[in-house]
Amino acid sequence: MDDHAFRTEGLVKRFGRTTALAGVDLHARHGTVLGVLGPNGAGKTTAIRVLATLTGFDAGTARVGGLDVVRDADRVRRLIGLTGQYATLDEELTGLGNLVLIGRLLDLRKPDAVRRAKELLDRFGLEDAARRPVATYSGGMRRRLDLAASLVGRPRVVFLDEPSVGLDPGRREDLWRVVRELTADGASVLLTTQYLEEADALADSIAVIDHGRVIAHGTPSELKRIVGGQAIAARPRDPHRLGDAARILTAVSGHGAERTSTHELVVPVDDDRSLFEVARRFEEQGIALAEFSLRLPGLDEVFLALTGGDNGASDRGAPTDTATARSRA
Amino acid sequence: MTPATPTATPAPATADAAAPRRPARLLRHSLVLTGRSLAKSARNPGAMLNGVLTPALFLVLFTFLFGGSVAGSTDAYLLYLFPGIAVMGAGLSGMLSSGLAINIDMKKGVFDRFRSLPIGRSAPLLGSILADVVRYAVAVALLFGIGYLMGFRVQTDAASALGAVALMLGFGFCLSWVTVFLGVLVRDENAVMGFAFIAFIPLMLGTSLAAPVDTLPGWLQAWAGVNPATHAMDAARALLTGTPADGSIIRTLVWSAALLAVFCPLAVAAYARRR
Repeated sequence: MDDHAFRTEGLVKRFGRTTALAGVDLHARHGTVLGVLGPNGAGKTTAIRVLATLTGFDAGTARVGGLDVVRDADRVRRLIGLTGQYATLDEELTGLGNLVLIGRLLDLRKPDAVRRAKELLDRFGLEDAARRPVATYSGGMRRRLDLAASLVGRPRVVFLDEPSVGLDPGRREDLWRVVRELTADGASVLLTTQYLEEADALADSIAVIDHGRVIAHGTPSELKRIVGGQAIAARPRDPHRLGDAARILTAVSGHGAERTSTHELVVPVDDDRSLFEVARRFEEQGIALAEFSLRLPGLDEVFLALTGGDNGASDRGAPTDTATARSRA
Repeated sequence: MTPATPTATPAPATADAAAPRRPARLLRHSLVLTGRSLAKSARNPGAMLNGVLTPALFLVLFTFLFGGSVAGSTDAYLLYLFPGIAVMGAGLSGMLSSGLAINIDMKKGVFDRFRSLPIGRSAPLLGSILADVVRYAVAVALLFGIGYLMGFRVQTDAASALGAVALMLGFGFCLSWVTVFLGVLVRDENAVMGFAFIAFIPLMLGTSLAAPVDTLPGWLQAWAGVNPATHAMDAARALLTGTPADGSIIRTLVWSAALLAVFCPLAVAAYARRR
C-alpha cells in the first residue's frame, strides 16, 4: 500500500484553453504537513479540488490514503476534510445546526453529532455564537466554523485552502495551533498559502507552485537556503537617498535590491548578521530610516529567487533554474 | 484505509463498518437534508406561504367574482373550482421552491461541502424535493382549511379524498423535477424564478381550473387537452366531488411517471456533472 497520505503524479487539468495544472506532483507522508505556496491563479485551489474529489482532471493520477480519487471517490470522502477559500456553510442555519448536519451526513447518531458539534464549537471559540444563524457571523467566525466543519468526521487528511485569509493575527495563531494538533493526532494536512512565513511555521515540506507547475519542492530550510532565507527591508526617511541605500544593501548582501513599494527596498540576505552590517553602513553614510526590518521573504521575493531574478512576480515566465531548485530540494 | 501508524490514532468516525447498504444510506442522508430544508422553512415561513397565498387568492377572487355567472351560485362554483386550486397549490409550491433552493445552494460553498462528504450524489436533490413534498402537504392542508371555511365539502368518501391528496402531492413531486433540472442547469437564480413564473400561467391557468375545457376557445382547448395539470385537476375533481373521471386519474399518473422518468435522471446527471 501507498505510504503517502496523498499523492498526485503528473496531474493535468485544463479549463477550456487555460491549463490550470500542467503536470503537478505533490505528496506528503502520513502525519505531515505539505505547504503549497503560490500566487493567485497558480493552481493551488484546483489541486485541492482534485484531491477532494470535487473536480475531475485530464491526465495523471491522484490518490488519497492510497485510494484513487476517481474510482474510490466515496471511500476517499470518508478520509478527508475540506476547508475551502469560500466558507462552505449554510447561512440560514446556526453554527450548531451546520455542524450537526454534517455529523448526521457522516452517519453519526444525533446525540453523537450534537456532542461532536459542541466540542468543536468550544475548541474554536464559537460556543457563544452556537445558536445564531451563520449569516450574522463575522468573516473570521465563518472561517473558524468552516474549519470546524471540515473536522467533524475526524478526517485523516485535511485540505486547507488559504485558511488564514480573513483571520485576525491572533486568530491565525489559533489556526496554526489547530494544524499542529491535527498532525500530532496523526492526521496529514495539505495547506495552501501565499505566505512563506505560514508555510515555514507549519509545513514539513513546501511545494512552490506557479502557472500550474511545481517550480521548487523541499523542506522549509532547503527552500529558505535557495531563496536566501531572510530579507532586509529598509525605507529611508529621505526618498532621495534610495539610491545610496540600494547600493549599501547590494554591497552587503550580494543580491540586487528590489523596490517593493515607492520608497521601500528589500534584499535577500544569507544570515541575520547582515542586518548589523547594513545598519552600520547606513549610520556611516547618515541615511535616516523610517522603517528597517529583518523578515522572511514575501511571495514576490521567493519567486524572484526561484525564477532567476530576471522576471518579476508580476510577469513570471517559464522558470529558468527549476532544475537547480529541484536538485537542491 | 490508512496503515496503522505507531502513534495511537482515534478511529475515523466514519469507518467503513458504519456504512450500511446504499439505498438505505441514500434515503437516510436525503432525510437529514430534508430536515435541514424544513428547519429553514420553519425559520422563514414567508417563502412557503407564497405557495398558499396565490392559490387562495385565486380561490376567493374566482368564487366571488365569477361564481354566480359561471355556475349559477358561488357554492356550486366553489365545488367546481376548489379541486383545481388545490392542484395549483401543490404544483406551484413545487415549481417555485425546489429548483430555486437547489440553484442557490449550488452557487454557495455549501454545495462543495456536500460533495466532499461521503453521501450519495443525489441525496441533496432528493432531500430538497422530499422537503417540498412536506411543504406541498402543508399548502394543500391550508387550502383545504380555507375551502372548508368558504363552504367546500368533500362530496365523496374519505378514501377518495385521501386518494386526491396523494395524487396532488405525487403530481407536484414529479412536476418539481422539471424546475430542479433547470435549477441545476441554469446559473442565474432569477432565470429559474422567471421560468417558473412564466410557465405558471399556461400550465396552471390554461386548464380546466376555472371552467370546463369544452367551454374554452379552440386553441386553448387544444393546449388544455394535453396539459398534464388539466388531467390532475379533473382527477382531483372526480375524487373530491364525484364527477366522472374519464381516465383522468390514469392520465395524471402516466404524466407524472413520464415527467419523473425524464427529468429526474437529467437533473441527477446534471447535478453530478456540475463542478
